[in-house]
Amino acid sequence: MKKYVQIENVQMSFETKQGAFVALKDIDLKIDPGEFITLIGHSGCGKSTLLNLIAGLLMPTDGIMLCADREIAGPGPDRGVVFQNHSLLPWLTCFENVHLAVERVFGQTEDKAKLAQRTHEALELVHLTHASQKYPHEISGGMKQRVGIARALSMQPKVLLMDEPFGALDALTRAHLQDELMKIAADTRSTVVMVTHDVDEAVLLSDRIVMMTNGPAATIGEILTVDLPKPRNRLALANDVHYHRLRGAVLEFLYQKQAKKAA
Amino acid sequence: MIKLRRYLAESAFPSALGIGLFILLWGLLAQGNETLPGPIKTWDSAVALFSDPFCQNGPNDQGIGWNILNSLGRVGIGFGLAALIGIPLGFMIGRFIFLDKMTSPIVSMLRPVSPLAWLPIGLLVFQAANPAAIWVIFISSIWPMIINTAMGVRQLPQDYLNVARVLNLSEWKVFTKILFPATLPYMLTGIRLAIGTAWLVIVAAEMLTGGVGIGFWVWDEWNNLNVEHIIIAIFVVGIVGLLLEMLLIQIAKRFSY
Repeated sequence: MKKYVQIENVQMSFETKQGAFVALKDIDLKIDPGEFITLIGHSGCGKSTLLNLIAGLLMPTDGIMLCADREIAGPGPDRGVVFQNHSLLPWLTCFENVHLAVERVFGQTEDKAKLAQRTHEALELVHLTHASQKYPHEISGGMKQRVGIARALSMQPKVLLMDEPFGALDALTRAHLQDELMKIAADTRSTVVMVTHDVDEAVLLSDRIVMMTNGPAATIGEILTVDLPKPRNRLALANDVHYHRLRGAVLEFLYQKQAKKAA
Repeated sequence: MIKLRRYLAESAFPSALGIGLFILLWGLLAQGNETLPGPIKTWDSAVALFSDPFCQNGPNDQGIGWNILNSLGRVGIGFGLAALIGIPLGFMIGRFIFLDKMTSPIVSMLRPVSPLAWLPIGLLVFQAANPAAIWVIFISSIWPMIINTAMGVRQLPQDYLNVARVLNLSEWKVFTKILFPATLPYMLTGIRLAIGTAWLVIVAAEMLTGGVGIGFWVWDEWNNLNVEHIIIAIFVVGIVGLLLEMLLIQIAKRFSY
Protein backbone atom coordinates (compact mmCIF):
# COMPACT_ATOMS: atom_id res chain seq x y z
CA MET A 1 0.00 0.00 0.00
CA LYS A 2 1.20 3.44 -0.90
CA LYS A 3 1.60 5.63 2.14
CA TYR A 4 1.75 9.35 1.83
CA VAL A 5 0.28 12.66 2.79
CA GLN A 6 -0.48 15.51 0.46
CA ILE A 7 -1.32 19.02 1.63
CA GLU A 8 -2.21 21.67 -0.96
CA ASN A 9 -2.92 25.32 -0.39
CA VAL A 10 -4.28 24.74 3.05
CA GLN A 11 -5.53 27.64 5.11
CA MET A 12 -6.83 27.49 8.64
CA SER A 13 -8.61 30.26 10.47
CA PHE A 14 -10.43 30.26 13.77
CA GLU A 15 -13.49 32.28 14.68
CA THR A 16 -12.74 34.52 17.63
CA LYS A 17 -14.58 37.38 19.28
CA GLN A 18 -12.34 39.79 17.37
CA GLY A 19 -13.22 38.17 14.05
CA ALA A 20 -11.46 35.49 12.07
CA PHE A 21 -7.93 34.65 13.18
CA VAL A 22 -5.81 33.20 10.38
CA ALA A 23 -3.49 30.65 11.95
CA LEU A 24 -2.09 29.01 8.82
CA LYS A 25 -2.07 29.96 5.16
CA ASP A 26 -0.65 28.67 1.89
CA ILE A 27 0.59 25.42 3.35
CA ASP A 28 1.91 23.06 0.69
CA LEU A 29 3.60 19.86 1.70
CA LYS A 30 4.01 16.43 0.21
CA ILE A 31 5.24 13.61 2.36
CA ASP A 32 6.67 10.44 0.84
CA PRO A 33 6.07 7.00 2.24
CA GLY A 34 8.53 6.13 4.96
CA GLU A 35 9.64 9.70 5.38
CA PHE A 36 10.34 11.18 8.79
CA ILE A 37 9.21 14.82 8.87
CA THR A 38 9.54 17.22 11.76
CA LEU A 39 7.67 20.49 12.06
CA ILE A 40 9.63 23.11 13.93
CA GLY A 41 8.93 26.73 14.78
CA HIS A 42 8.39 29.12 17.65
CA SER A 43 5.44 28.53 19.91
CA GLY A 44 2.24 29.88 18.41
CA CYS A 45 3.39 29.25 14.85
CA GLY A 46 0.62 26.76 14.25
CA LYS A 47 2.72 23.62 14.00
CA SER A 48 0.38 21.73 16.31
CA THR A 49 -2.55 23.10 14.31
CA LEU A 50 -1.03 21.64 11.16
CA LEU A 51 -0.60 18.29 12.89
CA ASN A 52 -4.20 18.35 14.11
CA LEU A 53 -5.30 19.09 10.55
CA ILE A 54 -3.50 15.98 9.29
CA ALA A 55 -4.97 14.03 12.21
CA GLY A 56 -8.43 15.23 11.18
CA LEU A 57 -9.13 16.71 14.61
CA LEU A 58 -9.50 20.08 12.84
CA MET A 59 -10.92 20.80 9.42
CA PRO A 60 -9.11 23.29 7.16
CA THR A 61 -11.03 26.38 6.11
CA ASP A 62 -9.53 26.09 2.66
CA GLY A 63 -7.33 23.74 0.65
CA ILE A 64 -6.98 20.05 0.02
CA MET A 65 -5.65 17.43 2.39
CA LEU A 66 -5.12 13.86 1.28
CA CYS A 67 -3.79 10.78 3.02
CA ALA A 68 -3.00 7.89 0.68
CA ASP A 69 -5.08 9.51 -2.05
CA ARG A 70 -8.14 9.82 0.17
CA GLU A 71 -9.45 13.08 1.49
CA ILE A 72 -8.95 13.63 5.21
CA ALA A 73 -12.52 14.10 6.44
CA GLY A 74 -11.99 13.42 10.12
CA PRO A 75 -9.85 11.39 12.47
CA GLY A 76 -9.21 7.86 11.34
CA PRO A 77 -7.15 4.83 12.29
CA ASP A 78 -4.97 5.29 9.19
CA ARG A 79 -3.34 8.14 11.12
CA GLY A 80 -2.06 7.19 14.55
CA VAL A 81 -1.63 10.07 16.98
CA VAL A 82 0.78 10.30 19.91
CA PHE A 83 -0.24 13.14 22.19
CA GLN A 84 2.10 15.39 24.11
CA ASN A 85 0.74 14.35 27.48
CA HIS A 86 0.39 10.63 26.60
CA SER A 87 -3.42 10.72 27.10
CA LEU A 88 -3.66 7.19 28.40
CA LEU A 89 -6.92 6.29 30.09
CA PRO A 90 -6.05 5.99 33.78
CA TRP A 91 -8.65 3.31 34.54
CA LEU A 92 -7.23 0.90 31.96
CA THR A 93 -3.98 -1.06 32.18
CA CYS A 94 -1.29 -0.48 29.55
CA PHE A 95 -2.50 -3.62 27.81
CA GLU A 96 -6.12 -2.46 27.82
CA ASN A 97 -5.15 1.00 26.58
CA VAL A 98 -3.43 -0.48 23.55
CA HIS A 99 -6.09 -3.15 23.13
CA LEU A 100 -8.77 -0.48 22.82
CA ALA A 101 -7.09 0.76 19.65
CA VAL A 102 -6.36 -2.73 18.30
CA GLU A 103 -9.93 -3.82 18.87
CA ARG A 104 -11.26 -0.80 17.01
CA VAL A 105 -9.17 -1.39 13.92
CA PHE A 106 -9.00 -5.18 13.70
CA GLY A 107 -11.94 -6.28 15.89
CA GLN A 108 -14.24 -6.83 12.91
CA THR A 109 -11.94 -9.17 11.06
CA GLU A 110 -9.80 -10.99 13.60
CA ASP A 111 -10.47 -13.25 16.58
CA LYS A 112 -9.68 -12.46 20.19
CA ALA A 113 -6.41 -14.37 20.33
CA LYS A 114 -5.10 -12.45 17.32
CA LEU A 115 -6.14 -9.12 18.86
CA ALA A 116 -4.35 -9.96 22.10
CA GLN A 117 -1.30 -11.01 20.11
CA ARG A 118 -1.26 -7.71 18.23
CA THR A 119 -1.47 -5.84 21.54
CA HIS A 120 1.43 -7.85 22.94
CA GLU A 121 3.49 -7.21 19.84
CA ALA A 122 2.90 -3.47 20.05
CA LEU A 123 3.99 -3.40 23.68
CA GLU A 124 6.99 -5.58 22.86
CA LEU A 125 8.02 -3.11 20.18
CA VAL A 126 8.42 -0.40 22.85
CA HIS A 127 9.92 -2.90 25.35
CA LEU A 128 7.06 -2.73 27.80
CA THR A 129 5.94 -6.36 27.93
CA HIS A 130 6.76 -6.43 31.64
CA ALA A 131 4.47 -3.47 32.37
CA SER A 132 1.47 -4.56 30.35
CA GLN A 133 -0.70 -5.24 33.40
CA LYS A 134 0.26 -2.00 35.15
CA TYR A 135 -1.90 1.11 35.31
CA PRO A 136 -0.59 4.40 33.89
CA HIS A 137 -0.10 5.93 37.34
CA GLU A 138 2.19 3.03 38.26
CA ILE A 139 4.74 3.70 35.51
CA SER A 140 7.13 6.56 34.69
CA GLY A 141 6.49 9.42 32.26
CA GLY A 142 8.78 7.93 29.64
CA MET A 143 7.01 4.58 29.88
CA LYS A 144 3.62 6.25 29.51
CA GLN A 145 4.79 7.94 26.35
CA ARG A 146 6.02 4.58 25.05
CA VAL A 147 2.58 3.08 25.69
CA GLY A 148 1.15 6.01 23.73
CA ILE A 149 3.49 5.18 20.84
CA ALA A 150 2.56 1.50 21.09
CA ARG A 151 -1.12 2.43 20.99
CA ALA A 152 -0.64 4.53 17.86
CA LEU A 153 1.55 1.93 16.11
CA SER A 154 -0.74 -0.97 17.00
CA MET A 155 -3.31 0.38 14.55
CA GLN A 156 -0.75 -0.01 11.75
CA PRO A 157 -1.35 3.55 10.62
CA LYS A 158 -0.26 4.90 7.28
CA VAL A 159 1.17 7.89 9.11
CA LEU A 160 2.31 8.31 12.69
CA LEU A 161 1.58 11.80 14.01
CA MET A 162 3.42 12.98 17.10
CA ASP A 163 2.77 16.25 18.90
CA GLU A 164 5.89 17.10 20.90
CA PRO A 165 5.88 13.56 22.23
CA PHE A 166 9.01 13.97 24.35
CA GLY A 167 8.49 17.59 25.41
CA ALA A 168 7.51 16.74 28.96
CA LEU A 169 10.35 14.31 29.60
CA ASP A 170 13.77 14.86 31.13
CA ALA A 171 16.77 15.06 28.78
CA LEU A 172 18.10 11.55 29.43
CA THR A 173 14.76 9.83 29.00
CA ARG A 174 14.14 11.93 25.91
CA ALA A 175 17.42 10.84 24.30
CA HIS A 176 16.64 7.24 25.10
CA LEU A 177 13.18 7.45 23.54
CA GLN A 178 14.52 9.27 20.48
CA ASP A 179 16.90 6.38 19.87
CA GLU A 180 14.07 3.92 20.31
CA LEU A 181 11.79 5.87 17.98
CA MET A 182 14.51 5.96 15.31
CA LYS A 183 14.79 2.20 15.50
CA ILE A 184 11.04 1.61 15.50
CA ALA A 185 10.50 3.96 12.58
CA ALA A 186 13.21 2.18 10.61
CA ASP A 187 11.94 -1.31 11.51
CA THR A 188 8.30 -0.57 10.72
CA ARG A 189 9.14 1.75 7.82
CA SER A 190 6.63 4.21 9.26
CA THR A 191 5.86 7.58 7.81
CA VAL A 192 6.17 10.01 10.69
CA VAL A 193 5.18 13.64 11.16
CA MET A 194 6.44 15.02 14.43
CA VAL A 195 6.05 18.44 16.00
CA THR A 196 9.05 19.55 18.05
CA HIS A 197 10.76 22.63 19.38
CA ASP A 198 14.03 20.85 19.92
CA VAL A 199 16.59 21.53 17.18
CA ASP A 200 18.80 18.55 18.02
CA GLU A 201 15.83 16.24 18.02
CA ALA A 202 14.74 17.53 14.63
CA VAL A 203 18.15 17.06 13.01
CA LEU A 204 18.75 13.69 14.61
CA LEU A 205 15.45 12.13 13.58
CA SER A 206 14.30 13.82 10.39
CA ASP A 207 14.61 13.21 6.71
CA ARG A 208 13.26 16.70 6.21
CA ILE A 209 12.73 19.54 8.65
CA VAL A 210 9.76 21.78 7.91
CA MET A 211 10.51 25.19 9.41
CA MET A 212 7.53 27.41 9.99
CA THR A 213 7.34 31.20 10.07
CA ASN A 214 5.86 33.02 13.03
CA GLY A 215 2.10 33.41 13.29
CA PRO A 216 -0.45 34.79 12.75
CA ALA A 217 -0.92 33.55 9.20
CA ALA A 218 2.08 31.27 9.57
CA THR A 219 3.31 29.27 6.65
CA ILE A 220 6.20 27.03 5.72
CA GLY A 221 9.35 29.14 5.65
CA GLU A 222 11.98 26.67 4.55
CA ILE A 223 12.31 22.95 4.22
CA LEU A 224 15.69 21.51 5.11
CA THR A 225 16.67 18.09 3.83
CA VAL A 226 18.73 16.18 6.36
CA ASP A 227 20.95 13.97 4.24
CA LEU A 228 22.83 12.31 7.07
CA PRO A 229 23.12 8.58 6.48
CA LYS A 230 20.93 6.24 8.52
CA PRO A 231 21.07 4.62 10.98
CA ARG A 232 22.30 7.63 12.90
CA ASN A 233 24.22 7.56 16.11
CA ARG A 234 24.01 10.55 18.40
CA LEU A 235 27.57 10.11 19.71
CA ALA A 236 29.09 9.93 16.24
CA LEU A 237 27.06 12.93 15.12
CA ALA A 238 28.30 15.02 18.03
CA ASN A 239 31.58 15.52 16.15
CA ASP A 240 30.14 15.44 12.63
CA VAL A 241 30.77 18.65 10.69
CA HIS A 242 27.77 18.20 8.43
CA TYR A 243 25.46 17.59 11.40
CA HIS A 244 26.57 20.89 12.88
CA ARG A 245 26.08 22.67 9.58
CA LEU A 246 22.47 21.41 9.42
CA ARG A 247 21.89 22.27 13.02
CA GLY A 248 23.28 25.73 12.36
CA ALA A 249 20.87 26.19 9.45
CA VAL A 250 17.87 25.46 11.66
CA LEU A 251 19.15 27.73 14.39
CA GLU A 252 19.73 30.50 11.90
CA PHE A 253 16.18 30.19 10.63
CA LEU A 254 14.69 30.20 14.12
CA TYR A 255 16.81 32.87 15.78
CA GLN A 256 17.76 35.14 12.91
CA LYS A 257 15.22 35.00 10.10
CA GLN A 258 12.28 34.33 12.39
CA ALA A 259 13.65 35.88 15.56
CA LYS A 260 10.88 36.33 18.04
CA LYS A 261 10.76 39.18 20.47
CA ALA A 262 10.71 38.04 24.05
CA ALA A 263 7.10 37.56 25.01
CA MET B 1 4.65 -1.32 67.40
CA ILE B 2 5.79 2.26 66.86
CA LYS B 3 3.09 2.64 64.22
CA LEU B 4 0.44 1.49 66.68
CA ARG B 5 1.71 3.87 69.34
CA ARG B 6 1.65 6.77 66.91
CA TYR B 7 -1.85 5.86 65.82
CA LEU B 8 -2.98 5.79 69.43
CA ALA B 9 -1.33 9.11 70.20
CA GLU B 10 -2.40 10.95 67.06
CA SER B 11 -5.85 9.56 66.25
CA ALA B 12 -7.34 7.28 68.83
CA PHE B 13 -6.51 9.33 71.91
CA PRO B 14 -7.99 12.68 70.76
CA SER B 15 -11.14 10.94 69.52
CA ALA B 16 -11.57 9.03 72.77
CA LEU B 17 -10.95 12.21 74.75
CA GLY B 18 -13.61 14.05 72.74
CA ILE B 19 -16.19 11.33 73.28
CA GLY B 20 -15.30 11.14 76.97
CA LEU B 21 -15.69 14.89 77.47
CA PHE B 22 -18.97 14.84 75.58
CA ILE B 23 -20.38 12.14 77.87
CA LEU B 24 -19.06 13.96 80.93
CA LEU B 25 -20.76 17.19 79.84
CA TRP B 26 -23.97 15.30 79.15
CA GLY B 27 -23.80 13.69 82.61
CA LEU B 28 -23.28 17.10 84.27
CA LEU B 29 -26.21 18.59 82.39
CA ALA B 30 -28.41 15.65 83.36
CA GLN B 31 -27.41 16.07 87.02
CA GLY B 32 -29.04 19.46 87.24
CA ASN B 33 -32.07 18.52 85.18
CA GLU B 34 -34.74 16.07 86.32
CA THR B 35 -36.23 15.41 82.88
CA LEU B 36 -33.01 14.73 80.93
CA PRO B 37 -31.74 11.17 81.52
CA GLY B 38 -28.02 10.81 82.08
CA PRO B 39 -25.56 8.55 80.22
CA ILE B 40 -25.84 5.65 82.64
CA LYS B 41 -29.61 5.55 82.63
CA THR B 42 -29.64 5.80 78.83
CA TRP B 43 -27.05 3.02 78.57
CA ASP B 44 -29.15 0.70 80.74
CA SER B 45 -32.18 1.46 78.66
CA ALA B 46 -30.21 0.82 75.44
CA VAL B 47 -28.97 -2.54 76.74
CA ALA B 48 -32.56 -3.55 77.44
CA LEU B 49 -33.67 -2.30 74.06
CA PHE B 50 -30.95 -4.01 72.06
CA SER B 51 -31.29 -7.29 73.96
CA ASP B 52 -34.31 -8.05 71.79
CA PRO B 53 -34.07 -5.85 68.70
CA PHE B 54 -36.53 -7.86 66.63
CA CYS B 55 -39.42 -8.28 69.04
CA GLN B 56 -42.96 -7.97 67.72
CA ASN B 57 -45.58 -6.63 70.16
CA GLY B 58 -48.20 -5.29 67.79
CA PRO B 59 -47.94 -2.61 65.12
CA ASN B 60 -46.86 0.21 67.44
CA ASP B 61 -44.34 -1.68 69.53
CA GLN B 62 -41.72 -3.34 67.43
CA GLY B 63 -38.02 -3.82 68.19
CA ILE B 64 -35.42 -1.19 67.35
CA GLY B 65 -34.01 -3.49 64.67
CA TRP B 66 -37.31 -3.47 62.76
CA ASN B 67 -37.48 0.29 63.00
CA ILE B 68 -33.99 0.73 61.59
CA LEU B 69 -34.56 -1.82 58.83
CA ASN B 70 -37.85 -0.23 57.81
CA SER B 71 -36.29 3.21 57.61
CA LEU B 72 -33.32 1.84 55.67
CA GLY B 73 -35.74 0.07 53.35
CA ARG B 74 -37.59 3.30 52.56
CA VAL B 75 -34.33 5.14 52.02
CA GLY B 76 -33.09 2.29 49.84
CA ILE B 77 -36.15 2.29 47.58
CA GLY B 78 -36.46 6.09 47.31
CA PHE B 79 -32.74 6.46 46.81
CA GLY B 80 -32.56 3.60 44.32
CA LEU B 81 -35.34 5.08 42.20
CA ALA B 82 -33.64 8.47 42.34
CA ALA B 83 -30.37 6.88 41.15
CA LEU B 84 -32.20 5.04 38.38
CA ILE B 85 -33.63 8.29 37.04
CA GLY B 86 -31.16 10.90 38.28
CA ILE B 87 -27.91 9.37 37.00
CA PRO B 88 -28.99 8.83 33.36
CA LEU B 89 -30.62 12.26 33.44
CA GLY B 90 -27.38 13.74 34.77
CA PHE B 91 -25.45 12.09 31.93
CA MET B 92 -27.77 13.56 29.34
CA ILE B 93 -27.76 17.02 30.91
CA GLY B 94 -23.96 16.93 31.03
CA ARG B 95 -23.63 15.77 27.44
CA PHE B 96 -26.18 18.02 25.74
CA ILE B 97 -25.94 21.75 26.40
CA PHE B 98 -29.47 22.27 25.12
CA LEU B 99 -30.87 19.90 27.72
CA ASP B 100 -28.74 21.57 30.36
CA LYS B 101 -30.13 25.01 29.55
CA MET B 102 -33.62 23.55 29.39
CA THR B 103 -33.54 21.90 32.81
CA SER B 104 -31.30 24.29 34.69
CA PRO B 105 -34.00 26.80 35.80
CA ILE B 106 -36.25 24.00 37.07
CA VAL B 107 -33.46 22.23 38.93
CA SER B 108 -32.18 25.48 40.44
CA MET B 109 -35.65 26.42 41.61
CA LEU B 110 -36.70 23.07 43.05
CA ARG B 111 -33.40 22.06 44.63
CA PRO B 112 -33.54 24.45 47.62
CA VAL B 113 -37.10 23.39 48.52
CA SER B 114 -37.26 21.29 51.67
CA PRO B 115 -38.12 17.74 50.57
CA LEU B 116 -40.83 17.64 53.26
CA ALA B 117 -42.81 20.22 51.32
CA TRP B 118 -43.35 17.45 48.76
CA LEU B 119 -44.97 15.16 51.32
CA PRO B 120 -48.56 16.41 50.84
CA ILE B 121 -48.21 15.96 47.08
CA GLY B 122 -47.01 12.41 47.69
CA LEU B 123 -49.93 11.71 50.05
CA LEU B 124 -52.35 13.14 47.53
CA VAL B 125 -51.01 11.16 44.59
CA PHE B 126 -50.31 7.84 46.29
CA GLN B 127 -53.13 7.96 48.86
CA ALA B 128 -50.87 6.12 51.32
CA ALA B 129 -48.24 7.06 53.89
CA ASN B 130 -45.49 4.64 52.95
CA PRO B 131 -45.15 5.52 49.25
CA ALA B 132 -45.38 9.19 50.23
CA ALA B 133 -42.36 8.81 52.54
CA ILE B 134 -40.46 7.03 49.75
CA TRP B 135 -41.45 9.84 47.40
CA VAL B 136 -39.93 12.41 49.77
CA ILE B 137 -36.69 10.43 49.88
CA PHE B 138 -36.72 10.20 46.10
CA ILE B 139 -37.06 13.98 45.76
CA SER B 140 -34.39 14.72 48.35
CA SER B 141 -31.79 12.44 46.78
CA ILE B 142 -32.35 13.07 43.09
CA TRP B 143 -30.85 16.59 42.96
CA PRO B 144 -27.30 15.83 44.10
CA MET B 145 -27.21 12.86 41.75
CA ILE B 146 -28.32 14.86 38.71
CA ILE B 147 -26.06 17.80 39.49
CA ASN B 148 -22.90 15.85 40.30
CA THR B 149 -23.24 13.42 37.41
CA ALA B 150 -23.79 16.29 34.97
CA MET B 151 -20.78 18.11 36.41
CA GLY B 152 -18.64 15.00 36.02
CA VAL B 153 -19.62 14.65 32.38
CA ARG B 154 -18.94 18.32 31.72
CA GLN B 155 -15.49 18.14 33.30
CA LEU B 156 -14.39 15.29 31.08
CA PRO B 157 -10.87 16.27 29.92
CA GLN B 158 -10.62 17.19 26.23
CA ASP B 159 -7.62 14.83 26.03
CA TYR B 160 -9.83 11.80 26.57
CA LEU B 161 -12.31 12.99 23.97
CA ASN B 162 -9.44 13.45 21.51
CA VAL B 163 -8.35 9.87 22.19
CA ALA B 164 -11.90 8.76 21.45
CA ARG B 165 -11.85 10.74 18.22
CA VAL B 166 -8.49 9.57 16.88
CA LEU B 167 -9.31 5.97 17.75
CA ASN B 168 -12.71 6.49 16.14
CA LEU B 169 -14.46 4.72 19.01
CA SER B 170 -18.14 3.89 18.78
CA GLU B 171 -20.60 5.80 20.98
CA TRP B 172 -20.98 2.72 23.15
CA LYS B 173 -17.22 2.34 23.63
CA VAL B 174 -16.92 6.05 24.38
CA PHE B 175 -19.53 5.63 27.08
CA THR B 176 -18.21 2.43 28.66
CA LYS B 177 -14.47 3.09 28.34
CA ILE B 178 -14.26 6.87 28.73
CA LEU B 179 -17.38 8.73 29.79
CA PHE B 180 -18.59 6.37 32.50
CA PRO B 181 -15.25 5.72 34.25
CA ALA B 182 -14.30 9.40 34.04
CA THR B 183 -17.61 10.44 35.58
CA LEU B 184 -17.73 7.72 38.21
CA PRO B 185 -15.93 9.66 40.99
CA TYR B 186 -18.31 12.61 40.55
CA MET B 187 -21.26 10.27 40.47
CA LEU B 188 -20.15 8.66 43.72
CA THR B 189 -19.89 12.09 45.34
CA GLY B 190 -23.46 12.70 44.24
CA ILE B 191 -24.54 9.37 45.66
CA ARG B 192 -22.80 10.10 48.95
CA LEU B 193 -24.45 13.51 49.27
CA ALA B 194 -27.79 12.01 48.27
CA ILE B 195 -27.70 9.22 50.81
CA GLY B 196 -26.67 11.70 53.51
CA THR B 197 -29.64 13.92 52.75
CA ALA B 198 -32.00 10.96 52.41
CA TRP B 199 -31.04 9.63 55.81
CA LEU B 200 -31.42 13.12 57.24
CA VAL B 201 -34.89 13.51 55.80
CA ILE B 202 -36.28 10.06 56.61
CA VAL B 203 -36.59 10.82 60.34
CA ALA B 204 -38.71 13.91 59.68
CA ALA B 205 -40.76 12.22 56.96
CA GLU B 206 -41.58 9.24 59.18
CA MET B 207 -42.57 11.52 62.07
CA LEU B 208 -45.25 12.86 59.78
CA THR B 209 -46.32 9.65 58.06
CA GLY B 210 -46.17 7.18 60.96
CA GLY B 211 -45.75 3.43 60.59
CA VAL B 212 -42.75 1.36 61.61
CA GLY B 213 -39.52 3.32 61.31
CA ILE B 214 -36.93 5.13 63.36
CA GLY B 215 -38.53 8.53 62.78
CA PHE B 216 -41.97 7.54 63.91
CA TRP B 217 -40.44 5.66 66.82
CA VAL B 218 -38.90 8.93 68.04
CA TRP B 219 -42.30 10.59 67.83
CA ASP B 220 -43.98 7.65 69.55
CA GLU B 221 -41.50 7.68 72.40
CA TRP B 222 -42.03 11.42 72.76
CA ASN B 223 -45.72 10.72 73.24
CA ASN B 224 -44.74 8.06 75.79
CA LEU B 225 -42.36 10.59 77.38
CA ASN B 226 -39.57 8.01 77.13
CA VAL B 227 -36.68 10.43 76.75
CA GLU B 228 -34.00 7.73 77.02
CA HIS B 229 -35.33 6.13 73.88
CA ILE B 230 -35.29 9.44 72.05
CA ILE B 231 -31.64 9.91 72.93
CA ILE B 232 -30.90 6.34 71.85
CA ALA B 233 -32.67 7.04 68.56
CA ILE B 234 -30.46 10.09 67.99
CA PHE B 235 -27.35 7.98 68.50
CA VAL B 236 -28.69 5.20 66.30
CA VAL B 237 -29.55 7.59 63.47
CA GLY B 238 -26.12 9.18 63.79
CA ILE B 239 -24.23 5.90 63.80
CA VAL B 240 -26.16 4.42 60.87
CA GLY B 241 -25.59 7.65 58.90
CA LEU B 242 -21.89 7.50 59.71
CA LEU B 243 -21.66 3.88 58.59
CA LEU B 244 -23.41 4.66 55.29
CA GLU B 245 -21.02 7.54 54.71
CA MET B 246 -17.97 5.42 55.51
CA LEU B 247 -19.15 2.65 53.21
CA LEU B 248 -19.54 5.08 50.31
CA ILE B 249 -16.15 6.68 50.98
CA GLN B 250 -14.59 3.21 50.80
CA ILE B 251 -16.34 2.58 47.47
CA ALA B 252 -15.25 5.99 46.17
CA LYS B 253 -11.63 5.27 47.14
CA ARG B 254 -11.71 2.15 45.04
CA PHE B 255 -12.64 4.21 41.97
CA SER B 256 -10.36 7.25 42.27
CA TYR B 257 -7.54 7.46 39.78
